[in-house]
Amino acid sequence: MSKSWRFPLRAAALGAAAAAFSAAVLLAPASALAQKTIKFIPEADLKSLDPVWTTAYITRNHGYMVYDTLFATDAKFQVHPQMVDKYETSRDRLTWTFTLRDGLKFHDGAPVRSADCVASIERWAKRDVLGQKLGEMTESWTAVDDKTFRLKLKKPFAYVLEALGKPSSNVPFILPERLAKTDAFTQVTDATGSGPFKMVKAEWVPGSKVVYVKNTDYVPRKEAPSWAAGGKVVKVDRVEWLYIPDSATAANAINAGEVDWWQQLPSDLVPLLSKNKDIKIENTDPLGSTGMIRFNHLQPPFNNQKLRQALLYVVNQQDYAIGIAGDPKNGMPCASYFSCGTPLASDAGSAVLSGKRDLEKAKALVKESGYKGEKIVVLDATDQPIVHPQALITTELLKKIGLNAELQAGDWGTLITRRSSKEPVEKGGWSIFHTWWVGPDLATPALNAALRGAGEKAWFGWPNDAEMEKLRDAWFDAPDLAAQKKIAQQMQLRAWVTVPYIPTARFTVPTAYRTNLSGLLVSPMNLMWNVDKK
Amino acid sequence: MSAVSTEIAAPRSVSPTWRGFRDAFRRHPTAILGGVLLLVMVAMAMLAPWLWTVDPQALSPVRRLKPPSGEYWFGTDMLGRDVYSRVVYGARVSLTIGIAVAILSTVLGLALGMLTGFVRWIDAILMRVMDGLMSIPAVLLAISLMALTQASLENVIFAITLSEVPRVVRLVRSLVLSLREQPFVEAATAAGTGILRTLVRHILPNTIAPLLVQGTYIFASAMITEAILSFIGAGTPPNIPSWGNVMAEARSLFQIAGYLILFPGLFLSLTVLAVNLLGDGMRDALDPRLARRM
Amino acid sequence: MFAYFIRRLLATIPVMGVVALFVFSLLYISPGDPAAVIAGDIATAEDIARIRAKLGLDEPYLVRFGTWLWALAHGDLGVSIFTGLPVSRLIGQRIEPTLALTLCTLIITVAVAVPVGVVAAWKAGTWIDRSVMGFSVLGFSIPVFVIAYLLIMLFSMQLGWLPVQGYRSINEGWWPFTSHMILPSVALGTVYMALIARITRATMLEVLAQDYVRTAQAKGLSSSQVLIGHALKNASVPIVTVIGIGIALLISGVVVTETVFAIPGIGRLTVDAILRRDYPIIQAVTLLFSGVYVLINLAVDMSYTFLDPRIRY
Repeated sequence: MSKSWRFPLRAAALGAAAAAFSAAVLLAPASALAQKTIKFIPEADLKSLDPVWTTAYITRNHGYMVYDTLFATDAKFQVHPQMVDKYETSRDRLTWTFTLRDGLKFHDGAPVRSADCVASIERWAKRDVLGQKLGEMTESWTAVDDKTFRLKLKKPFAYVLEALGKPSSNVPFILPERLAKTDAFTQVTDATGSGPFKMVKAEWVPGSKVVYVKNTDYVPRKEAPSWAAGGKVVKVDRVEWLYIPDSATAANAINAGEVDWWQQLPSDLVPLLSKNKDIKIENTDPLGSTGMIRFNHLQPPFNNQKLRQALLYVVNQQDYAIGIAGDPKNGMPCASYFSCGTPLASDAGSAVLSGKRDLEKAKALVKESGYKGEKIVVLDATDQPIVHPQALITTELLKKIGLNAELQAGDWGTLITRRSSKEPVEKGGWSIFHTWWVGPDLATPALNAALRGAGEKAWFGWPNDAEMEKLRDAWFDAPDLAAQKKIAQQMQLRAWVTVPYIPTARFTVPTAYRTNLSGLLVSPMNLMWNVDKK
Repeated sequence: MSAVSTEIAAPRSVSPTWRGFRDAFRRHPTAILGGVLLLVMVAMAMLAPWLWTVDPQALSPVRRLKPPSGEYWFGTDMLGRDVYSRVVYGARVSLTIGIAVAILSTVLGLALGMLTGFVRWIDAILMRVMDGLMSIPAVLLAISLMALTQASLENVIFAITLSEVPRVVRLVRSLVLSLREQPFVEAATAAGTGILRTLVRHILPNTIAPLLVQGTYIFASAMITEAILSFIGAGTPPNIPSWGNVMAEARSLFQIAGYLILFPGLFLSLTVLAVNLLGDGMRDALDPRLARRM
Repeated sequence: MFAYFIRRLLATIPVMGVVALFVFSLLYISPGDPAAVIAGDIATAEDIARIRAKLGLDEPYLVRFGTWLWALAHGDLGVSIFTGLPVSRLIGQRIEPTLALTLCTLIITVAVAVPVGVVAAWKAGTWIDRSVMGFSVLGFSIPVFVIAYLLIMLFSMQLGWLPVQGYRSINEGWWPFTSHMILPSVALGTVYMALIARITRATMLEVLAQDYVRTAQAKGLSSSQVLIGHALKNASVPIVTVIGIGIALLISGVVVTETVFAIPGIGRLTVDAILRRDYPIIQAVTLLFSGVYVLINLAVDMSYTFLDPRIRY
């Protein structure tokens, strides 16, 4: 198409649009006039609405739509007040007093009161790892008046704000008291919050569609948004989450303009969309996620430290990175037990994983471990595109160093059921499974549950390492960041010896959106305020 | 029972001769083509290790998604596995599923069908169970089974067989019911021949022809069903390649690396085509009236 | 006739009973644990155990089966474990798309396959017949998802005529509905068309060879009169039977088609429910499937009396 030919066409189109617009102004009711709807393909189907009941990331993202938080962490890992206006700490650091800011209202019109906050935090503290730690330190939560509430601690705790501003699962969202009184192990199915969007429950089709509308009563903060901190200014009227199970179809849908935004596109499909000038592909997740090989520390053969170490010498993070992320641009090695890109990440002792791969060394360790050919069961979930390639790669690797490995393929539902079995593999147990956590969830010793050595009470795999637990406790008492970093390094050095799990690769999943959208936030969680649509 | 079965004409009591076979096939060159094609596939499956293949499991993410070339004839998949080797070895799994399901469901269906046709009280119960089984779609059954134990070849075969058996039972039952009224069977019964003997000597031979034909159709559809099961994640486990799961694993890439779907798809379709052509030829040769019943 | 109808309806109860018992038992012994799926990846075993207890999944087999049957008898299908929504509402939301998809497929299939089969039989042995048969064998040989992808690539991406995915209710207008239905119906219908074209041809061939058709031809009736008025009418019973059986066969294709075209139908609902072990949904949907199947069989049998007056019940 030549330029001279295109110009009049565009002018004509503009004219027509203007005519249509003025007609719309004259004829259309006001509500229909400014309807801006974002059609969005989320990372997964929203299955349940309660972000305390489940740790699923999709429910966390839903939580950020409809709920608000007392505090929030920004991109520099600083915690800022969000619903809280101001707070003060007593000199002995045992009493914290919080005051809510003005204009906070739930979707049902009721004002947000101290009682709502106290009930919500107490429910969350029953489920969340960091919340439980806070709970151990807590003497009491009390509502002083409708806008002021107070936390009394048993002893000083350095991470009160980190806990209340925790960015990822479980996030301490504020629910109305009537809902927050629900047992922490029973689902809340009412999505009434005080957040920037309201969920339209009548239009919810689980497995297909979730609809949110702008909460016009929401009063955003004045600061610029950074992660979940700052002003949550909603610039559209309506957001539709359209779950499209087939990624080829999702690619075609955004290519054809049927949707505006695809949260996570498999990087293999980037070439398909990058040809389209109306689509932008960006990385909005600054931290990425990390995959892991998790061992069963209770059962042979991986109850043997030497055998876990053997694998350290042959795991090639590059292979996993490409296997998971496809394009090397989106997958990168990260030989650290704390998320790369966060303050505690380091390369202390990392050479065992990032150095030259050494098959002979691995085989020697297998021999030293006295491995007698016990069967190794690797659980695979074929419906999980991040778990599946890791399982295949690890199985091949195990065979390569002479281990008797067997891949047990099933779906994710089977995997997470089977991994709770502490039995030997012959009786339905397991040896290895893979999963992945987002950056914030592996950022500190408080959050990284996979690193803990609490034995049978630890996360699946149950490493028993009293030394590690001691270091973790010491971390909670560390006075400043320098001390925290030092302890984190000691923990990491310890982990290279005991190998609770092996980090496989850090990867990011690109997001794709049509150029009529602007203002997407860079954050490890998917946030939908600040986004405008032309 | 539906009204159609009453219309089914009684098959001849004489089993067809090999000459009949040969003549008919001569009149149906497509059937011969199908037979040859199927033989080639079977030979390929059996000779897989000697057909210039490598380990179909061996992966190497750095050489992923290479298009077809002299080195990788059919290219490599997203984990850098050699697609040619996976397709050749995949023939083993896909053909095994097809043959196993065909044999199992015809044998089971034959046994149960003869039983229902001759023993009244079993008939009532068994046919209700069959109706129930038939009404649960194969796909749902297979996913449930996979969730029940784990993804395995046996489970896929079992799930597909379970949904095919009722159809075979119905076919055999209708044959038996009409045969039972035939003079030569009545004569045998009157002469004091036992039920078992009657079944084996008079009924069984007459069911072979329609069952052979039915078996080929089951063979063909089982391979397609396996591909569909793989698509929804309830197929054979990913560490043993089948045409279905090679295609299913690569399905999101069909616009980027179409060869990942093309080659296994081509082999699958050719084989199914071959089996169907063979079945058509057999049907025409053995009993033209069967064409009606599929 | 009416008495027969009632008897048949009553006979569906034991069939549904078999299905109910089978499905419930299968789910009971399956290792999947909805509580584990709910708790999420980061949760601990203790969390899972407590959620299990809250959901009543700890109860013994017979108690759970009894509770479920009792509720069922009162018309209560239960509540989805995950979403907390009533199963009847979840199914209600999903029925329309699946029904629309199945009906459109049926219409397209019958509209194409029956005439094609008739023509093939009429021109038996010619190149028309051979190519019809060739295409029908091909239709059997390609998995439905491959057909679906090819259709999207051609008609949505290259030509831009039809939307890629999604479902529009007929309330939103005739064209939005139809445009979203064409590709899924054709994809789903291919195998079905092949089946029905074959059966129509075969049945017609047989009928055409019979005496009264020859007589009709001899009487000088036009070939279309003979074909439609005599032959097709008499061939209709087996054709309708296969159409009926075909609906049941469509179900597995429906699951795939709904996935590829992102249609929020019953098939997708079921697969999702199985993958996350949402028992109440799985149980209800399986019962629904078997009920529909039995009713279709009944409808097919009933239709014989209209198609062929010789058949009486």
